[in-house]
Amino acid sequence: MQQTYVLTVLTFLPVAGTLALLLLRSDDHVWIRRLALVTAAAEFAISLLLLRGFSVQATGYQFEEFHEWIQQPPIHYHLGVDGLSLFLVLLTTLLTPVSILASWKSIDQRVKGFFISLLVLETGVIGVFVSLDLFLFFMFWEVMLIPMYFLIGIWGHERRIYAALKFVLYTMFGSILMLVAILWLYRVTAAAGYPTFDIAQIQALLSSGTITLPLRTEILLFGAFFLAFAIKVPLFPLHTWLPDAHTEAPTAGSVMLAGVLLKMGTYGMLRFCLPLFPEASRRFAPEIAVLAIIGIVYGALVSMVQVDLKRLVAYSSVSHLGFVVLGIFAFQAVSIQGAVFQMLSHGISTGALFLGVGMLYDRRHTHLIKEFGGLATPMPVIAALYLFTCFASAGLPMLNGFVGEFLILAGTFQKHAAWASWAALGVIFSAVYLLWSYQRVFFGSITQDKNGALPDADMRERGILFLMAVIMLWMGIGSPFFTRRIETSTQNVLQLMRRPQAYDAGEINNHDMNAMDMDQSTMPVNSANSAAPAGAAGSVKSR
Amino acid sequence: MLVLTHLWILPLLPLAGAAANGVFGRRWPKSLVTGVALSSTTLAFFSALELGREFMALSTDRIPWTKSYFTWITAGGFRADFALQVDQLTVVMLLVVTGVGWLIHIYSTGYMHDDPGYTRFFSYLNLFMFFMLVLVLAANYLLMFVGWEGVGLCSYLLIGFFFLKQSATNAGNKAFWVNRVGDFGFILGVLLILRTFGTLDFAAVLPRAAAMPAEPAGQAGVLTTIALLLFIGAAGKSAQLPLYVWLPDAMEGPTPVSALIHAATMVTAGVYMVARSHVIFLNAPLAMEVVAVVGCLTALFAATIGLVQTDIKRVLAYSTVSQLGYMFLACGVGAFSAGIFHLMTHAFFKGLLFLAAGSVIHAMGGEQDMRKMGGLRKKIPWTFWTMFMATLAIAGAPGFSGFFSKDEILLAAQRTSTPLWAVGVLTAGLTSFYMFRLLFLTFFGTERFDEHQVHVHESPRNMLAPLVVLAIFAVGGGWMAAPELLGGVNHFRQFLSPVFSFSYMNETSLPPDHLDASIATEALKVLLGAPVIAGLFGFLLAWWLYVRSSETPKKIAESFSALYKLLKGKYFVDELYAAVIVRPLVWISDKVLWHAVDEGVIDGAVNGVARVSRESGDRLRYIGSGNVRSYATWILIGAVIFTSLLLWMAG
Repeated sequence: MQQTYVLTVLTFLPVAGTLALLLLRSDDHVWIRRLALVTAAAEFAISLLLLRGFSVQATGYQFEEFHEWIQQPPIHYHLGVDGLSLFLVLLTTLLTPVSILASWKSIDQRVKGFFISLLVLETGVIGVFVSLDLFLFFMFWEVMLIPMYFLIGIWGHERRIYAALKFVLYTMFGSILMLVAILWLYRVTAAAGYPTFDIAQIQALLSSGTITLPLRTEILLFGAFFLAFAIKVPLFPLHTWLPDAHTEAPTAGSVMLAGVLLKMGTYGMLRFCLPLFPEASRRFAPEIAVLAIIGIVYGALVSMVQVDLKRLVAYSSVSHLGFVVLGIFAFQAVSIQGAVFQMLSHGISTGALFLGVGMLYDRRHTHLIKEFGGLATPMPVIAALYLFTCFASAGLPMLNGFVGEFLILAGTFQKHAAWASWAALGVIFSAVYLLWSYQRVFFGSITQDKNGALPDADMRERGILFLMAVIMLWMGIGSPFFTRRIETSTQNVLQLMRRPQAYDAGEINNHDMNAMDMDQSTMPVNSANSAAPAGAAGSVKSR
Repeated sequence: MLVLTHLWILPLLPLAGAAANGVFGRRWPKSLVTGVALSSTTLAFFSALELGREFMALSTDRIPWTKSYFTWITAGGFRADFALQVDQLTVVMLLVVTGVGWLIHIYSTGYMHDDPGYTRFFSYLNLFMFFMLVLVLAANYLLMFVGWEGVGLCSYLLIGFFFLKQSATNAGNKAFWVNRVGDFGFILGVLLILRTFGTLDFAAVLPRAAAMPAEPAGQAGVLTTIALLLFIGAAGKSAQLPLYVWLPDAMEGPTPVSALIHAATMVTAGVYMVARSHVIFLNAPLAMEVVAVVGCLTALFAATIGLVQTDIKRVLAYSTVSQLGYMFLACGVGAFSAGIFHLMTHAFFKGLLFLAAGSVIHAMGGEQDMRKMGGLRKKIPWTFWTMFMATLAIAGAPGFSGFFSKDEILLAAQRTSTPLWAVGVLTAGLTSFYMFRLLFLTFFGTERFDEHQVHVHESPRNMLAPLVVLAIFAVGGGWMAAPELLGGVNHFRQFLSPVFSFSYMNETSLPPDHLDASIATEALKVLLGAPVIAGLFGFLLAWWLYVRSSETPKKIAESFSALYKLLKGKYFVDELYAAVIVRPLVWISDKVLWHAVDEGVIDGAVNGVARVSRESGDRLRYIGSGNVRSYATWILIGAVIFTSLLLWMAG
């Protein structure tokens, strides 16, 4: 394997940028901003190298880096990306400079600290996505908390301390469970004579049957990992930190939070829960799916009645991420690809919604819907681009949101028609909360004098929103560019779920997994087959 | 073969127009905006004509003509392409959409001339044409859904075009939401098609569905489920019971929009979709029954509301709902080509009715209440005469386009069920009544407006020309079916027959060459005559009430006040929905889900846990109510746990 350092560079370049920032005078706001932006832009440019070098067909990890780090316990510096993480890294490197631009004028207190936090956050998040060693992964997972805590706690709004603490406590609770599970897993490998934290090695040990986890152990480990990730997603009913965190966070914080931090949860489920603990995953899939569906509908309904625009967008995330979790735990190639796509899609469109809300906040210093009304007249450009984003988020075909939702529903429906049908309700409600809030903010005549003379988007704001709109359109029309790169890794996850030494029930599931892929060759096509999918669905239920 | 080979050109023309006007239009002079918008639709129309010519020359084995451009969505084994297809049904739809669309674009240059949102209007209108063309050209259900949602988007934008008006944006939201309820059904139908057939391409799905055995009557198998789910979508888009409520409100949009989107084209998309999927429906008798009954009831229901409305556009809106009901009745009894035929003639006469109504409103300086009109016949003769032609057409006067299409539907309905036919005939009478009522209230009688305030004037030529062209089609647009009555061939049905050849429940029972024999029977004459007589009756009643004895309507309203209020209040369906669905849902979401569950239960538990842990950790707490540094505490705790665990593990 040829050694590359691109992932190391990507992970630590932002930190290098912060070191440079430290050298600047604290009141030299202009150069602090410029330097932060240059760092983030360079980071983005480098991340494009990943895209260029990424092989669509290759199974396994790419751009891998492997170094022994600590001898005892054996901790490796092991990095790599695959189809699951590739675009999440790109999403992070894209949203960071966007967040910096969005904070250009609105952050004027403790500017240096702000941009340092943002860049450290970037390092943490990228580290999470590229780490292939559990210890390393956990380290980045925790590192990410600190800058996010500061972003909310220092540059947030009125109830920022409460929100920041809530965010940290929730996450720490999950983290501790995950830590225990990681250490437990390590002990299991050590007991078998292959002590390791390396994900690929653990995976190989489990897949080959060198290590077998008793079902009870598997369930406990799964539960610990899953809970940590479910809090991050957040999955109903673990979501209540999210509205507070979003509402109090500054725009950049919200963009990063919704855009990439939440995806660490769903990414974790795909990377760890499914491949490492397939039996437990299958066993709890129905319960998890129900929670996901509740989240979809509940998040949408609660979103609908919010009086605070930012809180409304926050609850919509609960709904959208419910789709992702559902897609993952439907165990279909189509739905998982849809789930990964939806992660990216949500990052872009919800990120853009938060950017829009932030622009309104910069002008009026409020998020309350009733303070607005009629804004389309003074600010037509923001109004138009915000509406575009609303429709993208509501899943209008040819924009990004539709592709992910459709693939998730299509994949899920193959086996679990009822799940997909309930989830599809979200399609109705998303249009309701988005368009209703849009009407109250932008349509009608100006009701408050203050709103009449608000300036429309300047070049910086136009650039940001326009860039996001272009990406939404691109993802909506050119989705195969993404799904083809996600495909192999998705198949890999499903492959890893099929253990050769599987339990009795596992055999049936193995068989089903083949039929589940909606390959046209295996897909029932003629009239006699209307019964076939129903029969196959029955066997999964009777596990 | 220019257009067939470059099929993409057809949707791309209006899209280019929309994009150009949308991006640069605000900086352009009005004439350039007009030029761009008009040339794109004009070219689209002539391309469609050229396509029709080229299509006629195609050999049958090359139909449906398909062009695939790029893979739009793919994952696992699933793939949906951006692929367009042309068959006879597409050709009819293309000509209707581009033809009527083109005329309405011309009309709009006059109607919208002084509106400050002129550029925005044409940008939306062109965008609508793009999505509508995608809808009818799509070669698979998913791409059809693109057009389907896209026209919904444009409908939303154009209903709420006057966005300063609360009622307009409310109507836009309502339209989009109710349509989303329909889309919920549509998308589930699509998912079930995918699961059953493994693909969404018409060319693969439809033959396979046709090859499946028909499901027993009264049983809901997979085909019936698919058909019913699709029909939910159709009922949303085409404003059928119980999802019709958005269409009357959609009249908040500018009148050309009502003509193009909410009468001639978009609202017929549901009929098109059902006709496109007809093989699925034909093998699902239960679904067919549902379609027929819902269509028939909607036709009657909406017509009764139309009897008493006083807003000229609202009458036409309920009329549209009612006429769409006829189209579904046709589909439900298996007479798909009759449904499409009525779709086409309806596009002519209803498009014309709306444009003429727009001309009236234009003449009246924005007034839409017919109680404040009257006697306009002499002042705006072009408008009057063209509207008169359209009224005769919709009322089913013999020889006019609506006569042929409606009769064909009722004839087919009679073969399936006499009650359906009877309701259809009754509705024909009501249709004639409310249309002539509209005509008489507007153009006859005394002038009920202040002539010093309203300067009634005929519309400019760019508005009248489309009226005249549409009037010609409203009169003669049905003649291609005429020879049938004389024992000849229904050219329209014959043209479409390759599409609907899978099976003809009713229409094969009436093959063209046997028609002359059956038509000779006395019974059939009665059948054909009944709707005409009902129409005549409606006309006479309207004439009696609104011309001859114009005090009588008030008396009737008083003596049947309960019934009158019920109709005037549109059966209070909106109020019912608000009380049963909307308000409870909002209340539950607000009070129960948000405040009780989210803030009370979940957050209460979380805060409770936090409080307990904080109080137990009081000794560590010198930071008070939450200084940023309290994080340090947690880091410390975490680090201690972490290190001890590591030590435990290493040891």
